[in-house]
Amino acid sequence: MAKHDGETSAAAGSAIEKKLAREVSAGTAVISSNALENPGLPPHQPRVTDLDPKKEKAAQRRVIWLFTLSIIGSVFAIYAYIAFPIEPGNLTSTRVNNLLVGLGIATALLPIGIGAIYWAKNLMKNDELVEERHGTRGTEETRAAAAEVFRVGNEESGFGRRTLLRNTLIGAVVAAPLPGIVMLRDLAPSADPVEAFSRTMWKAGTRLARDGSGTAIKASDVTLGSVFHVVPYDLPEAEHKLEEKAKAAVLLMRLKPEDFVHNITPGREDWHYHGIVAYSKICTHVGCPVALYEQHTHHLLCPCHQSQFDITREAAVIFGPAKRPLPQLPITVDAEGYLIAQSDFHEPVGPSFWERS
Amino acid sequence: MTAAGTTTAATTATPTSTDAPPTAGSRFTGAVANYIDERTSISGLVKELGRKIFPDHWSFMLGEVAIYSFIAILLSGTFLTLFFDPSMVEVHYEGSYDPLKGIEMSAAYASALDITFDIRGGLLMRQVHHWAALLFVASIGLHMLRVFFTGAFRKPRELNWVIGFVLFVLAMAEGFTGYSLPDDLLSGNGLRIIDGMVKGIPVIGTWTSWLLFGGEFPGTVIVGRLYVLHIMLLPAILIAALGVHLLLMVINKHTQFAGPGRTNSNVVGVPVMPVFAAKAGGFFFIVFGTIVLIASTVTINPIWNYGPYDPSPVSAGTQPDWYIGFADGALRLVPPGWEFVLFDHTWTISVLAPMAVLGGFLVLVMFYPFIEAWITGDKREHHIADRPRNAPTRTAIGAAGVTFYAVLWAAASSDIIATHFKLTIEGVTYALQALLIFGTLAAYLITKRVCLALQAKDREIVLHGVESGRIVRMPGGEYIEVHEKLDEYDRWRLVDFEDYKPLMIRPNAKGKITVGQRVRAVFSRWFFEDRISPVTKGELESGEHH
Repeated sequence: MAKHDGETSAAAGSAIEKKLAREVSAGTAVISSNALENPGLPPHQPRVTDLDPKKEKAAQRRVIWLFTLSIIGSVFAIYAYIAFPIEPGNLTSTRVNNLLVGLGIATALLPIGIGAIYWAKNLMKNDELVEERHGTRGTEETRAAAAEVFRVGNEESGFGRRTLLRNTLIGAVVAAPLPGIVMLRDLAPSADPVEAFSRTMWKAGTRLARDGSGTAIKASDVTLGSVFHVVPYDLPEAEHKLEEKAKAAVLLMRLKPEDFVHNITPGREDWHYHGIVAYSKICTHVGCPVALYEQHTHHLLCPCHQSQFDITREAAVIFGPAKRPLPQLPITVDAEGYLIAQSDFHEPVGPSFWERS
Repeated sequence: MTAAGTTTAATTATPTSTDAPPTAGSRFTGAVANYIDERTSISGLVKELGRKIFPDHWSFMLGEVAIYSFIAILLSGTFLTLFFDPSMVEVHYEGSYDPLKGIEMSAAYASALDITFDIRGGLLMRQVHHWAALLFVASIGLHMLRVFFTGAFRKPRELNWVIGFVLFVLAMAEGFTGYSLPDDLLSGNGLRIIDGMVKGIPVIGTWTSWLLFGGEFPGTVIVGRLYVLHIMLLPAILIAALGVHLLLMVINKHTQFAGPGRTNSNVVGVPVMPVFAAKAGGFFFIVFGTIVLIASTVTINPIWNYGPYDPSPVSAGTQPDWYIGFADGALRLVPPGWEFVLFDHTWTISVLAPMAVLGGFLVLVMFYPFIEAWITGDKREHHIADRPRNAPTRTAIGAAGVTFYAVLWAAASSDIIATHFKLTIEGVTYALQALLIFGTLAAYLITKRVCLALQAKDREIVLHGVESGRIVRMPGGEYIEVHEKLDEYDRWRLVDFEDYKPLMIRPNAKGKITVGQRVRAVFSRWFFEDRISPVTKGELESGEHH
């Protein structure tokens, strides 16, 4: 019985396959019985190098020259590497080294390619040859044999029969990678991201300092129309400087109070100091620094995706993909006349996130 | 090679090479070949593949450019790993580049500067790597367009199209991770944008960003993590997928364009040994050499001008590498205000919408072969590449897709377009938003009409020949231009193509018309309603008689 099994299944398999193979659907393709006939390959055209031994010799010489040029290029690249070193502090020497070593290597590579192709096109036999295609699907015998392999494998292992055994195996294989996924948890510290994204290092009394020099800014330094790129004065002492700066960066501008006081939301009247306002520099779209200030329109422009914010209207979005206004940092001055923060921002800065509100 | 002095070189070469006593060189190669074959059975492989036929066409080289630039990337990238330090530890730069001396920066950026200014040939290898990467993605894109427009994705090559698509996505991922490694100001801003986009994903966004950056952006781990992706994980997957891609190409054999002597069941071309090997091998050196030539003369990604990453400054006119442009442009074209709060959570549609549109676009590209196969119902193998005009609807869809992509891509430079042409940024943005929809539509309609017109012209040429430029005066005084008939070889190129008609809805075995069939019929009508058939023998004969 078992002996016969293979034969019958092979026979049955090939019967199905033959039927399918004969009736491969052409779909909605139009098969014309009146189509023109393929005229067959056109006669071969000999090249000049096939007909004239002189031309052939000349072509061969050209290729030899090209390959020789390549060798010269390689040698030159090594020579340039040694003869044109980089002198510390001398940018020209870097450029010269780059240029000459590069040209040497290019001279080594290009003639090999040009020579090989020239050789193939002019000297190698160029008759077009014909090879028959065979259908991609295996022959009926092969397919039947393959099906038989699976059948015997299933039979001998009992994979299909011993269902509980098989299902526990599937369960085990599915469960095995799970610890690996769980172990990715420590890619980040255990702290709560929402907490971290929601606060910056600004707090009541933090002086506003110039980004770069780190010097504190006096209210009297901020003339009408000027703009300052600002960081917290104590940023250099922060444990994670870049991370804090990425949230705390602020733009400071001075406007005429009459340009914007009528637009102030109740409760924010004292967030500016004589027309000096501070807004988060981090775009509420996807977090680029909103670095471009247009003085006479009081518009801020994000150079990444062109969101524009109107400073006279509490940094409301007037164009571009951002939705929310830039958060305002409430400021005042201390006893020495230096600008200080009244508190942290009253909302998270930067791009929106799921748990934001 | 000197034996080929006469025109009958082919017939004389074979006997002389076997009769001549073996030279030392040929005895040596023989011994080596024997040694290897006795241990690997490689003679079978050589016999099978050595004289395999490859059809020739310039457009078949686009995929080759991709592979060869990838080899250039591997070689130059290996050189760079010998010197690059993928660490974000703060260091003070003490290298040769004076303007940045003493400045605090990450070790990654400092080592990228050292490669540029203190390692001989380092700048060259950086530029070879970057130029080759740009060429790699570009050539994959063009190769995909070639395959699309010639219908070379049809059975039996649908799966290889999907693998090729995966390679395209991997190439972009490789590009972006590599771009981020030097930790300069521009690449840091690119990561900043990725961080902002990730945070906009509902439910998992916040935590994904947190895990990705190991805490808050930028953190101190991202460069190291991208490095392992860039030089190990992604290349390993890419090489494996590339291997399967090439293997399937060998199994399926290459497509060829219609031509005299070429049929759906043969391949006409040159054998691997020696002509194709010489041409393809030579072409590798040309691609590599050209990349080196560009790298030695044209600066790319001058990271020393940008400075180390700092979350505060950014310069106007920032742009990603070209292949990420379409994603950046999609972000830019979102109208204001696409964000709301619902159920106490923030829904950042301004980020989700572009992600969905780009994702949908890419999924459509990936599944197109299956969609078209479903519409035609054609289960036969196709080895003759279509001329784009002979599949008007497909070509129009392709043109629409190219336009859609191109508008998004142009949008990534909206600010530069505005400043260069003295336009407002608002005007440019609105124009691009309109173009994204209407330009795509227009490209579809125009392309379809152009294809049908070209097909009609082909028919006319086959039936009536080409204008000879010879004017003849008839006895009656009438002037006519003599048309010259095409020879049968030229004619065959114009008439050998597949023609489909719209699907007729018919009840199935149970006497029912299924919804699936109705939908398929709608698509089928859309595809094949306007169609022009190839000239038949009868038409040609009746044309000849009058």
